[in-house]
Amino acid sequence: MNILVCVKRVPDIGAKIELTEDRQGIVTKNLGFTVSPHEECAVEEAVQIRDSQGGNTFVLTLGPGAADEQLRDALALGIDEGILLKAEGGEWDPGETARAIVEAVQAKQQEGTSFDLLLFGNESGDTVDAQVAVRVAEALDMPCLSGLKDLEIADGKAVGKRESEKGWDIFETELPAVVAVKEGINLPHFPSLRGRMKAKKKTIETLEPQRSGPQLRMLALENPPEQGKQVEMLGKGPEAAPTVVEVLKSLEVL
Amino acid sequence: MILGLIEHDLGKLNEFSLQMLSFARQAAEQLGLPLSLAVIGENGGDAVEQIKAYGPTSLHWIRHERLQDYAPEGWAASLLQVIRAKEPHLVLAGSTDKGNEVMAHVAARAGLPMAANCLQIEQDDPFRITRQRWGGSLLEHAEVQGEPKLLTVAQYAFEAAEPLQGGATEVETFTPSFEDRDFRVRFLGREETASEGVTLKNAPVVVGGGRGVGSEEGYSVLEELAEQLGGVVGGSRVATNNGWRPHADQIGSTGNRIAPELYIACGISGAIQHLVGCKGAKRIMVINKDPEAPFFSKADYGVIGDLHEVIPAIVEEIKQRG
Repeated sequence: MNILVCVKRVPDIGAKIELTEDRQGIVTKNLGFTVSPHEECAVEEAVQIRDSQGGNTFVLTLGPGAADEQLRDALALGIDEGILLKAEGGEWDPGETARAIVEAVQAKQQEGTSFDLLLFGNESGDTVDAQVAVRVAEALDMPCLSGLKDLEIADGKAVGKRESEKGWDIFETELPAVVAVKEGINLPHFPSLRGRMKAKKKTIETLEPQRSGPQLRMLALENPPEQGKQVEMLGKGPEAAPTVVEVLKSLEVL
Repeated sequence: MILGLIEHDLGKLNEFSLQMLSFARQAAEQLGLPLSLAVIGENGGDAVEQIKAYGPTSLHWIRHERLQDYAPEGWAASLLQVIRAKEPHLVLAGSTDKGNEVMAHVAARAGLPMAANCLQIEQDDPFRITRQRWGGSLLEHAEVQGEPKLLTVAQYAFEAAEPLQGGATEVETFTPSFEDRDFRVRFLGREETASEGVTLKNAPVVVGGGRGVGSEEGYSVLEELAEQLGGVVGGSRVATNNGWRPHADQIGSTGNRIAPELYIACGISGAIQHLVGCKGAKRIMVINKDPEAPFFSKADYGVIGDLHEVIPAIVEEIKQRG
């Protein structure tokens, strides 16, 4: 079984987003980078499936050269090989991103590696476009299961559960398939020192996809208006308890 | 025209579709276009009956013997055929799992862009929108090319639409045609989770714990406070990643979005990941030993102190007052 998992490098923003002066991006000079929680789970899922069923795992990202950091993180968690689609410059829209991924998948296929499973996070943490997995599936003429918090791969089939208002909806499809997962599907490991050492020796292949131009074009970013809340401090330590209880009463929750 | 996709669960209207309908009504007025709605599936009869009263200009019930259960590509193929037949300028759905999935399939098949989590149409030509990034912690102004425009509407940004007085639209049946590949994803069934009354989604009070709780056992004081207030306990991503709480209890952009009367956040610093999950709360009380915790600036009430001392004192005070 060959599995490809796709991730996106995003800043680890913490409690506040500061925009660049031209409002085209986020000031990242004091920030670390990561991938979205859904994607951390996609990586973990790929490793778990490989460990139980055998085969090869690949991690792919489209991003700047520095995104090899996110590939190395995935390699440290046990993914076998990396693919970097180098995309310097402005943002790629979901359609462009999907096209570049599809071309990379087809190139791998021509080299003799075809994927049984393509794993994605359900949506990226930053742009939250919620569509790259579906676009890749359509272009490769594969079925797509999305929003999964449970996945079983067996007998050439993928069976997954998605949260609904009333519980879990269960879907099934044949492999090869595209699957977009959500956090909660597993509990990702942290990379071990040994994993980090091993990752240094693993291969990252770099490709430079051609841009076709965005159809969804970001013009500018903006911080949403502040809610203008004024916090009322109720005290320090256990001595604040009587005041807290008064507030609970005034809010009619007691 | 504007075409809105109304989601339903066995005929029950989806609340995010009704929020989308509020956006759609505004857009119809802004662009001077009639508003059409579409309901997909043989089991959508109840939804069709209910949505009539919302008074769209036209209402399409997409029916076919293969449209029994939800099938992402079956729904997308249906919607795309209605789009080709009716030629709307704008197609809308709620930004839900199904809404985004169906619209993404339509977009891919039609070679069009799709903008998720939209808040506003800024102007028509060129077509510009405002949409959410980072779960609403950042706004993006963007241009959407191609025709029609495919948008999904951000959750909780609009009140649910109300029915119109005297609204009663004629229902037009639309019969799509399919290829087998439209049903490659099969719905196998549903596992209903036992609803135990108060949950994170409907609790009037939620007590949340983060890094400051320190352990799985540390949550017992939070449980006790929640019990006194008729509420439930949730956790930050730190709590679920450490295995202190199950992921189902997570409050955050990749967990639950909560909207209680009061949210009491204990030992949580206030990362955006978490704030996205609790911004629907009417009031927020933050208990944190770090006076510099960014969460205080988003709170209505604050207590500086160690939650392991403050919460037992609050519980004790409540008990004393009977």
